[in-house]
Amino acid sequence: MSELAAHAGEAHHEALQHHFTSLEQQRAASSLGMWVFIAQEVLFFGGLFATYTVYRHAYPEAFSAGSHHLSWKIGFFNTLVLIGSSLTMALGVYSAAIGKKNRVVGFILATILLGSVFLGVKYFEYGEKIRPCLGDGPHTGCLVPGARFDAASLHVKGADLGHVQIYFSLYFAMTGLHALHMIIGVPILLTIAYFAWRGRYGPEYHTPVEIVGLYWHFVDIVWIFLFPLLYLIGAH
Amino acid sequence: MTSESRTLPADHYLKSGWDLKSWLLTTDHKRIGLMYLVSITLMFAIGSIYAGIVRWNLLVPNGSQMSAEAYNKAFTGHGVVMVFFFLIPSIPATLGNFLIPLMIGAKDLAFPRINLLSWYIYVIGAALTMYALLTGGLETGWTFYTPYSTVFAESNVAVAAVGIFIAGFSSILTGLNFIVTIHKMRAPGLTWFRLPLFVWAHYATAIIQILGTPVVAITILLVALERLFHFGFFDPNRGGDPILFQHLFWFYSHPAVYIMILPSMGVISEIVTCFSRKRIFGYSFIAMSSLAIAVIGFLVWAHHMFVTGLSVYSAMVFSALTYLVAVPSAIKTFNWTATLFRGSVQWDTPMIYVFCFIGLFLIGGLTGLFLGNLGTDVHLTDTYFVVAHFHYIMVGGAIMGYLGGLHFWWPKITGRKYVESWGKVSSLLVFVGFNLTFFPQFVLGYLGMPRRYWSYPEEFQILNVLSTAGATILGFGYLFPFSYLTHSVFRGEPAGDNPWGAKGLEWTTQSPPKTHNFDAVPVVDEEPYDYASPPKETVRV
Amino acid sequence: MNPAFPLVPVRASSVASEVDALFLFILTVTGIAAVGIWIALLYFAIRYRRRSDDERPAEIEGSLVLELTWTIIPFLLMIAMFVWGAKVFFHLNRPPDDAMTVSVVGKRWMWKLQHPTGQREVNQLHVPVGRAVKLVITSEDTIHSFYVPAFRIKKDAVPGRYNLAWFQATRTGTYHLFCAEYCGTEHSRMTGSIVVMEPEEYQVWLAGGPAPESPVLQGEKLFTDLNCITCHRMDDAGRGPVLRGVFGRSVKLASGEEITADAAYVRESILIPTAKVVAGYQPVMPTYQGQVNEEQILALIAYIESLRIPASAAAPARTPTSGAPSR
Repeated sequence: MSELAAHAGEAHHEALQHHFTSLEQQRAASSLGMWVFIAQEVLFFGGLFATYTVYRHAYPEAFSAGSHHLSWKIGFFNTLVLIGSSLTMALGVYSAAIGKKNRVVGFILATILLGSVFLGVKYFEYGEKIRPCLGDGPHTGCLVPGARFDAASLHVKGADLGHVQIYFSLYFAMTGLHALHMIIGVPILLTIAYFAWRGRYGPEYHTPVEIVGLYWHFVDIVWIFLFPLLYLIGAH
Repeated sequence: MTSESRTLPADHYLKSGWDLKSWLLTTDHKRIGLMYLVSITLMFAIGSIYAGIVRWNLLVPNGSQMSAEAYNKAFTGHGVVMVFFFLIPSIPATLGNFLIPLMIGAKDLAFPRINLLSWYIYVIGAALTMYALLTGGLETGWTFYTPYSTVFAESNVAVAAVGIFIAGFSSILTGLNFIVTIHKMRAPGLTWFRLPLFVWAHYATAIIQILGTPVVAITILLVALERLFHFGFFDPNRGGDPILFQHLFWFYSHPAVYIMILPSMGVISEIVTCFSRKRIFGYSFIAMSSLAIAVIGFLVWAHHMFVTGLSVYSAMVFSALTYLVAVPSAIKTFNWTATLFRGSVQWDTPMIYVFCFIGLFLIGGLTGLFLGNLGTDVHLTDTYFVVAHFHYIMVGGAIMGYLGGLHFWWPKITGRKYVESWGKVSSLLVFVGFNLTFFPQFVLGYLGMPRRYWSYPEEFQILNVLSTAGATILGFGYLFPFSYLTHSVFRGEPAGDNPWGAKGLEWTTQSPPKTHNFDAVPVVDEEPYDYASPPKETVRV
Repeated sequence: MNPAFPLVPVRASSVASEVDALFLFILTVTGIAAVGIWIALLYFAIRYRRRSDDERPAEIEGSLVLELTWTIIPFLLMIAMFVWGAKVFFHLNRPPDDAMTVSVVGKRWMWKLQHPTGQREVNQLHVPVGRAVKLVITSEDTIHSFYVPAFRIKKDAVPGRYNLAWFQATRTGTYHLFCAEYCGTEHSRMTGSIVVMEPEEYQVWLAGGPAPESPVLQGEKLFTDLNCITCHRMDDAGRGPVLRGVFGRSVKLASGEEITADAAYVRESILIPTAKVVAGYQPVMPTYQGQVNEEQILALIAYIESLRIPASAAAPARTPTSGAPSR
């Protein structure tokens, strides 16, 4: 390997960490690292997807009833918002690759904005289901599994109401975990935006933008699976 | 082989700072490895104390030594601490962290700061779990079976679950670091099939850490959620399935046992070749076996569940795959033994531990065949036969390899030699104590003594007393290496760069190594373990 | 075998010898392998011990022939072990048709058993020698495990489902019963005994004590008391399906799926009636969760199962009047 010779000029790039022999090696390592991390995330969500599969197969009608209670329109809107944020993220990465610093900052801020819209909508969706459970009173419409769960409010006949709690447990666990990943992503995006604004990234080095982009796309893809599985069961 | 230098090098990684900050904020993989060494040794001590309590109780059949609650907390504490906080991190976090960059000619791992982060995560997870264990305790068994753990247990289930959840990320980050490092940071000329088998073993282990740990993480999270918010995933009264927990749990926890043994096997490969002064027999077979174990190991989890009510047909699939996963371990054992043939065998302490490993791992692994067998497992599962089986592998195998590795690389890590005769005496003590502790448990198991029993029928007492006697000897045995190895750090004779005359890039540096490991990037131009030619001298710039 | 220091529990069931023989086979194969390797290891370690510092051993890298040999031969031996084991496992999981059914309910921290003739026992089970006994096992709370070492059988008692096990005792005596799945504080005291008696003694034991009610009769009474009969009438005019002849048959559900009406289905329908509604019927059955315990459910199942018998031969009292049938 003649990496040392080929990349001699880069040995002084300020972003090159001391234990790497070249920027290219550093970039390749960071990229592989993010892919490995994503593989791990797939298995992390995978446990929930496996649980979902087992219970949906066992209680299809309960899952259908629970799903009908969600607003697919809100879910669809959120899906579009998130896909949009992936688009702005990809444009941000591209802008970094062609060295357009201001566009990088702009696109990342747009990504954050769209992500926040998504989270805001989620807050509203959760609120609808959780607020009735708080305080004293009849807890009508409470959809948090547990003692206060109000299965009767699901207004659907012929369904296995007893098992709808499992559906909602999975709903909260899966969308909650997904939302957590987005909440963690926002400060990371802010950090990248800040460094972009400070001029740290350019065509020869923009690895952090790339790998954060990868992470954000992954979070988007998880949602693309969650949406039909949770919102569109039995939809015609 | 250098035998002349009798002083430590002037500049090495331990000298680049002595204060707390230089340790707690270090990104040097060698220092992080040492911090892990201290932490896991502490956890091993705690786990051993729990073991002592367990064996103390089992001296008498009627449970008169302590209450059942105390006993149940003791065996749970023993399992949780030993599995999650000792065995899983042990070799990878200590020897792996220290050696992998050296073995591949790199200055550090790919992500040094993530390495430090993994240590902090480990410490936080351990602290939280110990807090749970010491205030109120945990008495679910380390396996947390539902619905007992989610509905009926009256102990710190949720806090302990969160502690273990946190610690899991330490394992994941270590695995991530190793995979990227091994892929991207090998020195020029170091192709995959020139890698030391220690590196292959850690690569396979890292695959399991990445793919398996997240599943147990989410499972434990679900247990905590159910415990706190009564979600109902595993509670049959809410439509949940308690057996689903077992599937999810064992999907990780079976591959986890390969996380515990593969690194140790990597150590054995390194020692056996050096102390036979001969290229290891069947290098590529051993390397591929590590990968095979990692892959097939993901397919056998339900062999822990043969009596839960699985369908006979799915039980058959898992049993067949369990037999399949035994084959690569057998291949390794044969290859190690064959390496000694016409070798030049040196009976130093690391090699003694190799003999112990092979001898005891044989028993542990072969008794797995009884448990993977559908006909005999019905009788043997959930008895002391299982306890004996996994201790033969974990202690007789993994820990023997760990001790062997510590002794082998101790001169490299500390720059000093330990006293060889102490090494031999301790290994004998550990070997004898170990067998006396665990062999009677095979008999107890076949006789029908179930696991996790605070009190037991009188006819089982003799075997239990023998076992406790062995545990006492084993406990003392472990104190010896702790003492003389620690002592050698301060008073040991300087070892020189390559006291064993071993092959491998780590032996071409000074002992202890400099902070940045190599003065010049090494270039690899020979096959691994090429003992026909003399070891390379350290390159000094 | 020295009874003062046994290595193997007594063999008291028809499968025990099979299991022990299989164990011995695996022990022999693995024992030979282990001893062989130990001998090789020690021999090589001693014979090739380093004599001088500058020894340079032969350059041997490997041998494909050896690798294939020591891969294929163990693999074949393992196939043999697996096949034999699978055969034994099938045997352990297929109770004979003429087995008498005993229900087992595990509960922290005791075993509650009921004979087909109605006798209830706690932590003890009396059975006649030479008669196949099928155990229907469940739990009221956590997972337990019903383990009789002398019979070489074990099966988990899982809440929410029924697991089956069976045995045929081959010698009289009293044998340990253990709980083999950790279930809390008194797990190690959730033990008992299986008492195997000669058939005539078993009859005497059955007859002793107040006349018990068979589970079938209990179930029939519950069926009326809980008003099941108002919808599940014996003619076809009720709002619920007729249950005569249903047990063990295939049933078509409203969802289109077809399932077998087994014990688990009956239990689920009692506790969660809307889960699997039969095609052509409305989901109007109320749930009995909280109104019946596990033993009552088992009684109802026994009654519904008894409805397999054609009406003419009805009389569900199944107390055996003669001695235990021969094998």
